[in-house]
Amino acid sequence: MADLIGAEAQRLIAAFEAAGAVPVEAAILQPASTLLDLYGEDIRSRAYVTSDPLRGEMMLRPDFTLPIVQMHMESRADPARYTYAGPVFRKQEHDESRANEFTQVGFEVFDGQNSAAADADVFAAIAGVLEGLPVRPATGDLGILMAAVHGLCTSGARKAALLRHIWRPRRFRALLDRFGGRIAPPPSRVALLEMADPFADMGSDMGLRSRAEVAARIDTLREDAALAPISGEELALIDALLSIRETSPNALSALRDIALDMPAIGAAVSKMAARMDELAKRGVDVEHLDFEASFGRTTLEYYDGFVFGFYAADRPDLAPVATGGRYDALTAVLGQGRAVPAVGGVVRPDLCLSLRGVS
Amino acid sequence: MLKLGVPSKGRLMEKTFDWFGDRGVTLRKAGSEREYAGAVDGIEGIELVLLSAGEIPRELAAGRIHLGVTGSDLVREKLANWDTRVSEIALMGFGGADLIIAVPQGWVDVDTLDDLDAAAAAFRARHGFRMRIATKYHRLVREFLQENGVADYQLVDSQGATEGVVKNETAEAIADITSTGETLRANGLKILSDGLIHASQATLFRGKRRNWTDEQRKTFKALKQLLDL
Repeated sequence: MADLIGAEAQRLIAAFEAAGAVPVEAAILQPASTLLDLYGEDIRSRAYVTSDPLRGEMMLRPDFTLPIVQMHMESRADPARYTYAGPVFRKQEHDESRANEFTQVGFEVFDGQNSAAADADVFAAIAGVLEGLPVRPATGDLGILMAAVHGLCTSGARKAALLRHIWRPRRFRALLDRFGGRIAPPPSRVALLEMADPFADMGSDMGLRSRAEVAARIDTLREDAALAPISGEELALIDALLSIRETSPNALSALRDIALDMPAIGAAVSKMAARMDELAKRGVDVEHLDFEASFGRTTLEYYDGFVFGFYAADRPDLAPVATGGRYDALTAVLGQGRAVPAVGGVVRPDLCLSLRGVS
Repeated sequence: MLKLGVPSKGRLMEKTFDWFGDRGVTLRKAGSEREYAGAVDGIEGIELVLLSAGEIPRELAAGRIHLGVTGSDLVREKLANWDTRVSEIALMGFGGADLIIAVPQGWVDVDTLDDLDAAAAAFRARHGFRMRIATKYHRLVREFLQENGVADYQLVDSQGATEGVVKNETAEAIADITSTGETLRANGLKILSDGLIHASQATLFRGKRRNWTDEQRKTFKALKQLLDL
Protein backbone atom coordinates (compact mmCIF):
# COMPACT_ATOMS: atom_id res chain seq x y z
CA MET A 1 0.00 0.00 0.00
CA ALA A 2 2.81 2.40 0.91
CA ASP A 3 4.27 1.85 -2.59
CA LEU A 4 0.92 2.63 -4.21
CA ILE A 5 0.52 5.81 -2.16
CA GLY A 6 4.08 6.79 -3.05
CA ALA A 7 3.36 6.26 -6.74
CA GLU A 8 0.14 8.27 -6.51
CA ALA A 9 2.05 11.06 -4.72
CA GLN A 10 4.57 11.07 -7.56
CA ARG A 11 1.76 11.40 -10.10
CA LEU A 12 0.38 14.42 -8.19
CA ILE A 13 3.81 16.06 -7.82
CA ALA A 14 4.41 15.64 -11.56
CA ALA A 15 1.08 17.35 -12.29
CA PHE A 16 1.94 20.28 -10.02
CA GLU A 17 5.42 20.53 -11.55
CA ALA A 18 3.74 20.75 -14.94
CA ALA A 19 1.80 23.72 -13.47
CA GLY A 20 5.12 25.44 -12.76
CA ALA A 21 5.93 24.27 -9.23
CA VAL A 22 9.41 23.53 -7.89
CA PRO A 23 9.62 20.47 -5.58
CA VAL A 24 10.72 21.32 -2.03
CA GLU A 25 11.10 19.48 1.26
CA ALA A 26 10.52 20.31 4.91
CA ALA A 27 11.58 18.85 8.25
CA ILE A 28 9.12 16.59 10.05
CA LEU A 29 10.05 18.01 13.46
CA GLN A 30 9.05 21.66 13.79
CA PRO A 31 9.64 23.97 16.77
CA ALA A 32 6.42 23.91 18.79
CA SER A 33 6.70 27.52 19.90
CA THR A 34 6.12 28.98 16.42
CA LEU A 35 3.09 26.75 15.79
CA LEU A 36 1.67 27.45 19.24
CA ASP A 37 2.15 31.17 18.84
CA LEU A 38 0.34 31.09 15.49
CA TYR A 39 -2.52 28.74 16.27
CA GLY A 40 -2.80 28.75 20.04
CA GLU A 41 -3.68 25.86 22.29
CA ASP A 42 -6.07 24.33 19.74
CA ILE A 43 -3.04 23.02 17.84
CA ARG A 44 -2.13 20.86 20.85
CA SER A 45 -5.28 18.84 20.41
CA ARG A 46 -4.36 18.26 16.75
CA ALA A 47 -0.56 17.90 16.68
CA TYR A 48 1.80 15.50 18.45
CA VAL A 49 4.10 17.34 20.80
CA THR A 50 7.41 15.87 21.79
CA SER A 51 10.37 17.33 23.59
CA ASP A 52 14.03 17.67 22.81
CA PRO A 53 16.44 18.14 25.73
CA LEU A 54 18.19 21.04 23.97
CA ARG A 55 15.63 22.48 21.57
CA GLY A 56 12.63 22.28 23.87
CA GLU A 57 9.16 21.35 22.69
CA MET A 58 8.90 20.12 19.10
CA MET A 59 5.90 19.11 17.02
CA LEU A 60 5.50 16.48 14.35
CA ARG A 61 4.37 18.68 11.46
CA PRO A 62 0.55 18.78 11.27
CA ASP A 63 0.88 20.23 7.75
CA PHE A 64 3.52 21.80 5.49
CA THR A 65 2.18 25.34 5.41
CA LEU A 66 4.33 26.82 8.14
CA PRO A 67 7.73 25.47 6.99
CA ILE A 68 6.96 26.26 3.34
CA VAL A 69 5.98 29.85 4.15
CA GLN A 70 9.09 30.29 6.30
CA MET A 71 11.30 28.90 3.55
CA HIS A 72 9.70 31.17 0.99
CA MET A 73 9.95 34.29 3.14
CA GLU A 74 13.68 33.64 3.61
CA SER A 75 14.31 32.96 -0.08
CA ARG A 76 12.71 36.25 -1.16
CA ALA A 77 12.06 34.82 -4.60
CA ASP A 78 8.81 36.26 -5.98
CA PRO A 79 6.73 34.98 -7.59
CA ALA A 80 7.25 31.33 -6.77
CA ARG A 81 5.40 28.01 -6.92
CA TYR A 82 6.19 24.96 -4.84
CA THR A 83 5.10 21.37 -4.58
CA TYR A 84 5.92 18.83 -1.88
CA ALA A 85 4.89 15.42 -0.63
CA GLY A 86 5.35 13.66 2.66
CA PRO A 87 3.71 12.40 5.81
CA VAL A 88 1.88 14.69 8.21
CA PHE A 89 0.70 13.74 11.68
CA ARG A 90 -2.63 14.50 13.37
CA LYS A 91 -3.72 13.47 16.81
CA GLN A 92 -7.23 12.00 16.66
CA GLU A 93 -8.85 12.60 20.02
CA HIS A 94 -12.41 11.76 19.05
CA ASP A 95 -12.52 9.54 15.99
CA GLU A 96 -10.28 6.49 15.94
CA SER A 97 -11.22 5.72 12.33
CA ARG A 98 -9.42 8.86 11.11
CA ALA A 99 -5.76 8.34 10.19
CA ASN A 100 -3.17 9.92 12.47
CA GLU A 101 -0.43 9.73 9.86
CA PHE A 102 -1.04 10.27 6.16
CA THR A 103 0.65 11.64 3.07
CA GLN A 104 -0.12 15.12 1.82
CA VAL A 105 0.85 16.42 -1.60
CA GLY A 106 0.71 20.18 -1.86
CA PHE A 107 0.81 23.00 -4.37
CA GLU A 108 1.50 26.55 -3.14
CA VAL A 109 1.61 29.76 -5.16
CA PHE A 110 3.24 32.95 -3.86
CA ASP A 111 2.23 35.64 -6.30
CA GLY A 112 0.96 39.16 -5.70
CA GLN A 113 0.40 40.06 -9.36
CA ASN A 114 -3.04 38.64 -9.95
CA SER A 115 -4.65 36.94 -7.01
CA ALA A 116 -7.77 35.86 -8.93
CA ALA A 117 -5.57 34.04 -11.45
CA ALA A 118 -3.44 32.49 -8.69
CA ASP A 119 -6.57 31.25 -6.86
CA ALA A 120 -7.86 29.75 -10.09
CA ASP A 121 -4.50 28.15 -10.92
CA VAL A 122 -4.42 26.32 -7.59
CA PHE A 123 -8.05 25.23 -7.73
CA ALA A 124 -7.82 24.12 -11.36
CA ALA A 125 -4.58 22.21 -10.78
CA ILE A 126 -6.16 20.30 -7.90
CA ALA A 127 -9.44 19.76 -9.75
CA GLY A 128 -7.30 18.46 -12.61
CA VAL A 129 -5.53 15.79 -10.58
CA LEU A 130 -8.86 14.65 -9.09
CA GLU A 131 -10.56 14.37 -12.48
CA GLY A 132 -12.65 11.22 -12.83
CA LEU A 133 -12.93 10.69 -9.08
CA PRO A 134 -16.39 10.88 -7.44
CA VAL A 135 -15.69 14.12 -5.55
CA ARG A 136 -17.76 17.26 -5.07
CA PRO A 137 -16.01 20.62 -4.70
CA ALA A 138 -17.18 23.31 -2.28
CA THR A 139 -15.86 26.86 -2.19
CA GLY A 140 -16.12 29.97 -0.07
CA ASP A 141 -14.41 33.29 0.49
CA LEU A 142 -13.59 34.51 3.99
CA GLY A 143 -12.46 37.82 2.51
CA ILE A 144 -16.08 38.76 1.85
CA LEU A 145 -17.15 38.25 5.47
CA MET A 146 -14.07 40.16 6.64
CA ALA A 147 -14.87 43.03 4.30
CA ALA A 148 -18.44 43.09 5.63
CA VAL A 149 -17.16 43.38 9.20
CA HIS A 150 -14.71 46.13 8.19
CA GLY A 151 -17.61 48.01 6.63
CA LEU A 152 -19.93 48.00 9.67
CA CYS A 153 -20.91 51.44 10.98
CA THR A 154 -19.43 50.88 14.41
CA SER A 155 -16.25 51.35 16.42
CA GLY A 156 -12.84 49.99 15.49
CA ALA A 157 -12.74 48.07 18.76
CA ARG A 158 -15.96 46.21 17.92
CA LYS A 159 -14.74 45.41 14.41
CA ALA A 160 -11.43 44.13 15.77
CA ALA A 161 -13.26 41.91 18.27
CA LEU A 162 -15.44 40.44 15.49
CA LEU A 163 -12.51 39.96 13.10
CA ARG A 164 -10.61 38.12 15.79
CA HIS A 165 -13.41 35.56 15.97
CA ILE A 166 -14.14 35.02 12.28
CA TRP A 167 -12.92 31.43 12.80
CA ARG A 168 -15.01 30.83 15.94
CA PRO A 169 -18.58 31.08 14.65
CA ARG A 170 -20.20 30.74 18.08
CA ARG A 171 -18.24 33.52 19.71
CA PHE A 172 -18.63 35.66 16.57
CA ARG A 173 -22.41 35.26 16.78
CA ALA A 174 -22.47 36.07 20.51
CA LEU A 175 -20.43 39.24 19.95
CA LEU A 176 -22.60 40.31 17.03
CA ASP A 177 -25.76 39.77 19.09
CA ARG A 178 -24.40 41.88 21.91
CA PHE A 179 -23.02 44.67 19.71
CA GLY A 180 -26.40 44.65 17.96
CA GLY A 181 -28.30 44.98 21.24
CA ARG A 182 -30.03 41.64 20.65
CA ILE A 183 -28.81 40.38 24.02
CA ALA A 184 -28.26 42.46 27.16
CA PRO A 185 -24.76 42.90 28.61
CA PRO A 186 -24.05 40.61 31.58
CA PRO A 187 -25.25 42.09 34.93
CA SER A 188 -21.71 42.09 36.31
CA ARG A 189 -20.65 44.47 33.53
CA VAL A 190 -23.57 46.81 34.11
CA ALA A 191 -22.71 46.87 37.83
CA LEU A 192 -19.03 47.50 37.11
CA LEU A 193 -19.73 50.49 34.90
CA GLU A 194 -22.01 52.03 37.53
CA MET A 195 -19.31 51.95 40.21
CA ALA A 196 -17.69 55.26 41.10
CA ASP A 197 -14.41 53.56 42.01
CA PRO A 198 -14.17 50.01 40.66
CA PHE A 199 -10.92 49.49 42.56
CA ALA A 200 -12.26 50.35 46.03
CA ASP A 201 -11.29 47.66 48.60
CA MET A 202 -9.15 45.93 46.01
CA GLY A 203 -5.87 45.86 47.93
CA SER A 204 -2.62 45.53 46.07
CA ASP A 205 -1.96 44.52 42.50
CA MET A 206 -1.03 40.94 41.71
CA GLY A 207 0.47 39.31 38.65
CA LEU A 208 1.63 40.60 35.28
CA ARG A 209 -1.65 42.15 34.15
CA SER A 210 -1.37 45.56 35.80
CA ARG A 211 -4.05 47.78 37.25
CA ALA A 212 -3.47 50.16 34.36
CA GLU A 213 -4.41 47.39 31.93
CA VAL A 214 -7.58 46.67 33.89
CA ALA A 215 -8.43 50.38 33.93
CA ALA A 216 -7.82 50.58 30.16
CA ARG A 217 -10.28 47.75 29.56
CA ILE A 218 -12.88 49.45 31.77
CA ASP A 219 -12.46 52.55 29.59
CA THR A 220 -13.01 50.39 26.51
CA LEU A 221 -16.15 48.91 28.09
CA ARG A 222 -17.42 52.43 28.94
CA GLU A 223 -16.87 53.58 25.35
CA ASP A 224 -18.62 50.48 24.09
CA ALA A 225 -21.60 50.97 26.42
CA ALA A 226 -21.99 54.53 25.13
CA LEU A 227 -22.05 53.40 21.49
CA ALA A 228 -25.21 52.92 19.49
CA PRO A 229 -25.93 49.28 18.71
CA ILE A 230 -25.08 47.95 15.25
CA SER A 231 -28.26 48.55 13.29
CA GLY A 232 -30.84 45.87 12.59
CA GLU A 233 -30.34 46.46 8.85
CA GLU A 234 -26.63 45.73 9.11
CA LEU A 235 -27.22 42.63 11.25
CA ALA A 236 -29.74 41.38 8.70
CA LEU A 237 -27.21 41.92 5.90
CA ILE A 238 -24.56 39.91 7.76
CA ASP A 239 -27.11 37.15 8.38
CA ALA A 240 -28.11 37.16 4.71
CA LEU A 241 -24.46 37.01 3.70
CA LEU A 242 -23.66 34.12 6.06
CA SER A 243 -26.63 32.08 4.89
CA ILE A 244 -25.62 32.11 1.20
CA ARG A 245 -25.26 28.56 -0.05
CA GLU A 246 -25.76 28.42 -3.81
CA THR A 247 -24.09 27.72 -7.10
CA SER A 248 -21.38 30.31 -7.69
CA PRO A 249 -23.35 32.45 -10.22
CA ASN A 250 -26.40 32.56 -7.90
CA ALA A 251 -24.20 33.31 -4.90
CA LEU A 252 -22.50 36.12 -6.83
CA SER A 253 -25.88 37.58 -7.71
CA ALA A 254 -27.03 37.40 -4.07
CA LEU A 255 -23.79 39.04 -2.93
CA ARG A 256 -24.23 41.85 -5.48
CA ASP A 257 -27.68 42.47 -4.00
CA ILE A 258 -26.15 42.71 -0.54
CA ALA A 259 -23.35 44.95 -1.84
CA LEU A 260 -25.92 47.57 -2.86
CA ASP A 261 -26.69 48.13 0.82
CA MET A 262 -23.21 47.22 2.04
CA PRO A 263 -20.78 48.86 -0.41
CA ALA A 264 -17.82 47.78 1.75
CA ILE A 265 -17.97 44.25 0.31
CA GLY A 266 -17.96 45.54 -3.28
CA ALA A 267 -14.23 45.05 -3.88
CA ALA A 268 -14.27 41.55 -2.35
CA VAL A 269 -17.29 40.59 -4.48
CA SER A 270 -15.55 41.89 -7.61
CA LYS A 271 -12.55 39.71 -6.73
CA MET A 272 -14.88 36.73 -6.54
CA ALA A 273 -16.30 37.58 -9.96
CA ALA A 274 -12.79 37.89 -11.39
CA ARG A 275 -11.88 34.54 -9.87
CA MET A 276 -14.94 32.91 -11.41
CA ASP A 277 -13.86 34.24 -14.83
CA GLU A 278 -10.36 32.86 -14.33
CA LEU A 279 -11.77 29.50 -13.19
CA ALA A 280 -14.00 29.33 -16.28
CA LYS A 281 -11.00 30.08 -18.51
CA ARG A 282 -9.29 27.03 -16.99
CA GLY A 283 -12.20 24.78 -17.80
CA VAL A 284 -13.81 24.66 -14.34
CA ASP A 285 -17.58 24.22 -14.44
CA VAL A 286 -18.31 27.46 -12.58
CA GLU A 287 -22.04 27.30 -13.37
CA HIS A 288 -22.41 24.34 -11.01
CA LEU A 289 -19.62 25.13 -8.55
CA ASP A 290 -20.99 25.33 -4.97
CA PHE A 291 -20.30 28.46 -2.94
CA GLU A 292 -20.96 28.74 0.80
CA ALA A 293 -20.27 32.07 2.47
CA SER A 294 -19.55 30.33 5.80
CA PHE A 295 -17.21 27.75 4.30
CA GLY A 296 -13.80 27.52 5.98
CA ARG A 297 -14.76 29.19 9.24
CA THR A 298 -13.98 26.19 11.41
CA THR A 299 -10.47 25.53 10.14
CA LEU A 300 -7.30 26.58 11.90
CA GLU A 301 -7.25 30.32 11.64
CA TYR A 302 -5.11 31.19 8.69
CA TYR A 303 -7.28 31.24 5.60
CA ASP A 304 -8.46 34.77 4.88
CA GLY A 305 -9.75 34.71 1.30
CA PHE A 306 -10.72 32.03 -1.21
CA VAL A 307 -11.22 28.62 0.45
CA PHE A 308 -12.12 25.26 -1.05
CA GLY A 309 -12.46 21.56 -0.35
CA PHE A 310 -13.15 18.43 -2.39
CA TYR A 311 -15.35 15.84 -0.71
CA ALA A 312 -16.04 12.23 -1.61
CA ALA A 313 -19.60 12.37 -2.95
CA ASP A 314 -20.92 9.14 -1.40
CA ARG A 315 -18.52 8.80 1.49
CA PRO A 316 -19.42 11.34 4.19
CA ASP A 317 -17.24 9.31 6.58
CA LEU A 318 -14.07 10.22 4.67
CA ALA A 319 -11.94 13.25 5.46
CA PRO A 320 -11.82 15.78 2.59
CA VAL A 321 -9.76 14.49 -0.34
CA ALA A 322 -8.29 17.96 -0.93
CA THR A 323 -8.47 21.33 0.82
CA GLY A 324 -6.90 24.71 0.37
CA GLY A 325 -7.21 28.44 0.38
CA ARG A 326 -5.61 31.85 0.48
CA TYR A 327 -3.50 32.83 3.51
CA ASP A 328 -2.14 36.34 2.90
CA ALA A 329 -2.24 37.28 6.59
CA LEU A 330 -0.11 34.30 7.61
CA THR A 331 2.74 35.42 5.37
CA ALA A 332 2.54 38.86 7.00
CA VAL A 333 2.79 37.34 10.49
CA LEU A 334 5.76 35.15 9.54
CA GLY A 335 7.41 37.59 7.15
CA GLN A 336 8.67 40.08 9.75
CA GLY A 337 7.14 43.06 8.06
CA ARG A 338 7.05 41.58 4.58
CA ALA A 339 3.87 40.01 3.23
CA VAL A 340 3.40 38.01 0.06
CA PRO A 341 -0.07 37.05 -1.14
CA ALA A 342 -0.21 33.27 -1.07
CA VAL A 343 -2.65 30.53 -1.95
CA GLY A 344 -2.29 26.77 -1.86
CA GLY A 345 -3.89 23.43 -1.37
CA VAL A 346 -3.18 19.83 -0.42
CA VAL A 347 -4.35 16.48 -1.76
CA ARG A 348 -4.44 13.13 0.03
CA PRO A 349 -3.15 10.42 -2.32
CA ASP A 350 -4.36 7.65 0.03
CA LEU A 351 -7.96 8.85 -0.31
CA CYS A 352 -7.60 9.22 -4.10
CA LEU A 353 -6.62 5.56 -4.22
CA SER A 354 -9.46 4.39 -2.00
CA LEU A 355 -11.97 6.29 -4.14
CA ARG A 356 -10.58 4.44 -7.13
CA GLY A 357 -11.22 1.20 -5.31
CA VAL A 358 -7.55 0.44 -4.66
CA SER A 359 -6.93 -0.88 -1.18
CA MET B 1 -12.38 -12.74 39.56
CA LEU B 2 -13.81 -9.28 39.08
CA LYS B 3 -11.17 -6.68 39.87
CA LEU B 4 -12.30 -3.55 41.72
CA GLY B 5 -9.84 -0.65 41.76
CA VAL B 6 -10.06 1.75 44.71
CA PRO B 7 -7.89 4.75 45.66
CA SER B 8 -5.04 3.50 47.78
CA LYS B 9 -4.91 6.20 50.43
CA GLY B 10 -6.38 9.18 52.16
CA ARG B 11 -9.94 10.39 52.56
CA LEU B 12 -11.02 9.11 49.17
CA MET B 13 -10.06 5.57 50.21
CA GLU B 14 -11.74 5.84 53.62
CA LYS B 15 -14.95 7.28 52.16
CA THR B 16 -15.01 4.56 49.52
CA PHE B 17 -14.61 1.88 52.19
CA ASP B 18 -17.46 3.53 54.17
CA TRP B 19 -19.71 3.72 51.11
CA PHE B 20 -19.31 0.03 50.32
CA GLY B 21 -19.48 -0.86 54.05
CA ASP B 22 -22.84 0.92 54.41
CA ARG B 23 -24.12 -1.36 51.65
CA GLY B 24 -22.87 -4.60 53.21
CA VAL B 25 -19.62 -4.98 51.28
CA THR B 26 -16.57 -4.70 53.50
CA LEU B 27 -13.39 -3.50 51.82
CA ARG B 28 -10.17 -3.48 53.80
CA LYS B 29 -6.44 -3.35 53.43
CA ALA B 30 -4.89 -6.76 53.92
CA GLY B 31 -1.96 -7.13 56.29
CA SER B 32 -0.11 -4.05 57.50
CA GLU B 33 -1.11 -0.42 56.90
CA ARG B 34 1.72 0.01 54.40
CA GLU B 35 0.68 -2.81 52.12
CA TYR B 36 -1.33 -2.07 48.99
CA ALA B 37 -3.16 -5.39 48.95
CA GLY B 38 -6.84 -5.52 49.83
CA ALA B 39 -9.57 -7.94 50.81
CA VAL B 40 -13.34 -8.01 50.26
CA ASP B 41 -15.92 -9.55 52.62
CA GLY B 42 -19.65 -9.94 52.05
CA ILE B 43 -19.46 -11.07 48.43
CA GLU B 44 -17.52 -13.75 46.55
CA GLY B 45 -15.52 -13.29 43.40
CA ILE B 46 -14.27 -9.71 43.82
CA GLU B 47 -10.60 -8.82 44.14
CA LEU B 48 -9.72 -5.45 45.63
CA VAL B 49 -6.89 -3.59 43.89
CA LEU B 50 -5.54 -0.48 45.60
CA LEU B 51 -4.25 2.09 43.11
CA SER B 52 -3.52 5.77 42.84
CA ALA B 53 -6.80 7.55 41.93
CA GLY B 54 -5.05 9.05 38.88
CA GLU B 55 -4.19 5.61 37.47
CA ILE B 56 -7.66 4.12 37.81
CA PRO B 57 -9.07 5.62 34.54
CA ARG B 58 -6.23 4.19 32.48
CA GLU B 59 -6.45 0.75 34.15
CA LEU B 60 -10.22 0.66 33.55
CA ALA B 61 -9.86 1.61 29.89
CA ALA B 62 -7.16 -1.02 29.42
CA GLY B 63 -9.34 -3.69 31.03
CA ARG B 64 -6.78 -4.53 33.72
CA ILE B 65 -9.44 -3.74 36.33
CA HIS B 66 -13.17 -4.21 35.71
CA LEU B 67 -14.63 -1.71 38.15
CA GLY B 68 -13.04 1.36 39.66
CA VAL B 69 -13.71 4.25 42.01
CA THR B 70 -12.20 7.60 41.13
CA GLY B 71 -13.10 11.25 40.56
CA SER B 72 -15.29 11.92 37.53
CA ASP B 73 -12.86 14.76 36.67
CA LEU B 74 -9.93 12.32 36.38
CA VAL B 75 -11.82 10.03 34.01
CA ARG B 76 -12.74 12.96 31.74
CA GLU B 77 -9.21 14.37 31.83
CA LYS B 78 -7.29 11.15 31.26
CA LEU B 79 -9.50 9.33 28.74
CA ALA B 80 -10.28 10.71 25.29
CA ASN B 81 -13.92 9.85 24.45
CA TRP B 82 -14.30 8.68 28.05
CA ASP B 83 -17.95 7.72 27.69
CA THR B 84 -17.19 5.18 24.98
CA ARG B 85 -14.58 3.48 27.16
CA VAL B 86 -16.11 3.42 30.64
CA SER B 87 -19.61 3.89 32.02
CA GLU B 88 -20.83 5.41 35.26
CA ILE B 89 -22.40 2.88 37.63
CA ALA B 90 -23.00 5.10 40.66
CA LEU B 91 -22.36 8.67 41.69
CA MET B 92 -21.13 8.16 45.24
CA GLY B 93 -21.95 11.54 46.75
CA PHE B 94 -18.55 12.41 48.22
CA GLY B 95 -15.22 13.79 47.04
CA GLY B 96 -17.11 16.70 45.50
CA ALA B 97 -15.00 19.40 43.89
CA ASP B 98 -15.46 21.85 41.06
CA LEU B 99 -12.98 22.40 38.25
CA ILE B 100 -13.16 26.14 37.73
CA ILE B 101 -11.33 29.07 36.16
CA ALA B 102 -10.09 31.72 38.55
CA VAL B 103 -8.46 35.11 37.98
CA PRO B 104 -6.98 37.74 40.33
CA GLN B 105 -9.58 39.64 42.39
CA GLY B 106 -8.01 42.85 41.11
CA TRP B 107 -9.31 42.05 37.62
CA VAL B 108 -12.56 43.86 38.36
CA ASP B 109 -13.29 43.93 34.61
CA VAL B 110 -13.29 40.15 34.29
CA ASP B 111 -16.33 38.18 35.46
CA THR B 112 -17.27 35.99 32.47
CA LEU B 113 -15.52 33.93 29.78
CA ASP B 114 -16.34 36.74 27.37
CA ASP B 115 -14.36 39.13 29.60
CA LEU B 116 -11.52 36.62 29.88
CA ASP B 117 -11.33 36.38 26.08
CA ALA B 118 -11.25 40.16 25.64
CA ALA B 119 -8.66 40.55 28.40
CA ALA B 120 -6.55 37.83 26.75
CA ALA B 121 -6.59 39.71 23.43
CA ALA B 122 -5.43 42.94 25.11
CA PHE B 123 -2.86 41.07 27.19
CA ARG B 124 -1.30 39.46 24.13
CA ALA B 125 -1.13 42.80 22.31
CA ARG B 126 0.49 44.46 25.34
CA HIS B 127 2.90 41.71 26.49
CA GLY B 128 3.66 39.91 23.24
CA PHE B 129 2.66 36.45 24.43
CA ARG B 130 -0.56 34.61 25.10
CA MET B 131 -2.17 34.87 28.53
CA ARG B 132 -1.03 31.90 30.63
CA ILE B 133 -3.54 29.71 32.44
CA ALA B 134 -1.94 27.27 34.90
CA THR B 135 -3.58 23.86 35.29
CA LYS B 136 -3.07 20.13 35.47
CA TYR B 137 -6.37 19.46 33.65
CA HIS B 138 -5.15 20.20 30.13
CA ARG B 139 -7.74 18.30 28.12
CA LEU B 140 -10.79 19.46 30.09
CA VAL B 141 -9.70 23.10 30.15
CA ARG B 142 -8.69 23.22 26.49
CA GLU B 143 -11.93 21.62 25.32
CA PHE B 144 -13.98 23.94 27.52
CA LEU B 145 -12.25 27.10 26.28
CA GLN B 146 -12.36 25.90 22.66
CA GLU B 147 -16.08 25.20 22.93
CA ASN B 148 -16.66 28.64 24.41
CA GLY B 149 -14.55 30.40 21.79
CA VAL B 150 -11.86 31.80 24.07
CA ALA B 151 -8.67 32.62 22.16
CA ASP B 152 -5.20 34.04 22.79
CA TYR B 153 -4.45 31.96 25.88
CA GLN B 154 -1.91 29.23 26.55
CA LEU B 155 -1.97 26.48 29.13
CA VAL B 156 1.02 26.05 31.39
CA ASP B 157 1.43 22.93 33.47
CA SER B 158 1.07 23.16 37.22
CA GLN B 159 0.95 19.95 39.23
CA GLY B 160 0.51 21.52 42.65
CA ALA B 161 0.17 24.77 44.64
CA THR B 162 -1.53 26.17 41.54
CA GLU B 163 -3.16 28.98 43.55
CA GLY B 164 0.27 30.56 44.02
CA VAL B 165 1.31 30.91 40.38
CA VAL B 166 -0.27 34.30 39.75
CA LYS B 167 1.55 35.90 42.65
CA ASN B 168 4.75 34.31 41.37
CA GLU B 169 4.03 35.68 37.89
CA THR B 170 4.36 32.31 36.18
CA ALA B 171 0.73 32.51 35.00
CA GLU B 172 -2.05 35.10 34.82
CA ALA B 173 -5.01 32.84 35.66
CA ILE B 174 -5.62 29.28 36.84
CA ALA B 175 -7.96 26.36 36.20
CA ASP B 176 -8.07 24.15 39.25
CA ILE B 177 -10.19 21.99 41.53
CA THR B 178 -11.82 23.66 44.51
CA SER B 179 -14.47 22.58 47.00
CA THR B 180 -15.11 25.74 49.04
CA GLY B 181 -13.09 28.38 47.22
CA GLU B 182 -11.34 29.22 50.49
CA THR B 183 -7.77 28.67 49.25
CA LEU B 184 -8.53 30.66 46.11
CA ARG B 185 -9.78 33.65 48.08
CA ALA B 186 -6.85 33.48 50.47
CA ASN B 187 -4.58 33.72 47.43
CA GLY B 188 -6.32 36.77 46.02
CA LEU B 189 -8.26 34.90 43.31
CA LYS B 190 -11.93 34.80 42.31
CA ILE B 191 -13.97 32.33 40.25
CA LEU B 192 -15.47 33.35 36.89
CA SER B 193 -19.26 33.32 37.08
CA ASP B 194 -19.56 31.06 34.02
CA GLY B 195 -16.22 29.32 34.54
CA LEU B 196 -17.42 25.98 35.94
CA ILE B 197 -15.77 23.36 33.74
CA HIS B 198 -16.89 20.24 35.58
CA ALA B 199 -18.54 19.44 38.93
CA SER B 200 -16.66 16.35 40.02
CA GLN B 201 -17.46 13.67 42.58
CA ALA B 202 -16.27 10.18 43.44
CA THR B 203 -17.89 7.77 40.99
CA LEU B 204 -18.01 4.00 40.55
CA PHE B 205 -17.10 3.21 36.94
CA ARG B 206 -17.25 0.05 34.87
CA GLY B 207 -14.83 -0.55 32.00
CA LYS B 208 -16.59 -1.14 28.68
CA ARG B 209 -14.62 -4.22 27.79
CA ARG B 210 -16.76 -6.84 26.13
CA ASN B 211 -14.59 -9.84 27.00
CA TRP B 212 -15.90 -10.41 30.54
CA THR B 213 -16.48 -14.05 31.47
CA ASP B 214 -19.92 -15.28 32.55
CA GLU B 215 -18.57 -15.69 36.05
CA GLN B 216 -17.49 -12.02 36.10
CA ARG B 217 -20.88 -10.93 34.76
CA LYS B 218 -22.64 -12.93 37.51
CA THR B 219 -20.45 -11.40 40.19
CA PHE B 220 -21.17 -7.92 38.81
CA LYS B 221 -24.91 -8.60 38.86
CA ALA B 222 -24.72 -9.83 42.47
CA LEU B 223 -22.70 -6.76 43.45
CA LYS B 224 -25.22 -4.43 41.84
CA GLN B 225 -28.01 -6.10 43.81
CA LEU B 226 -26.08 -5.78 47.06
CA LEU B 227 -25.35 -2.13 46.35
CA ASP B 228 -28.96 -1.59 45.39
CA LEU B 229 -28.08 -0.18 41.95
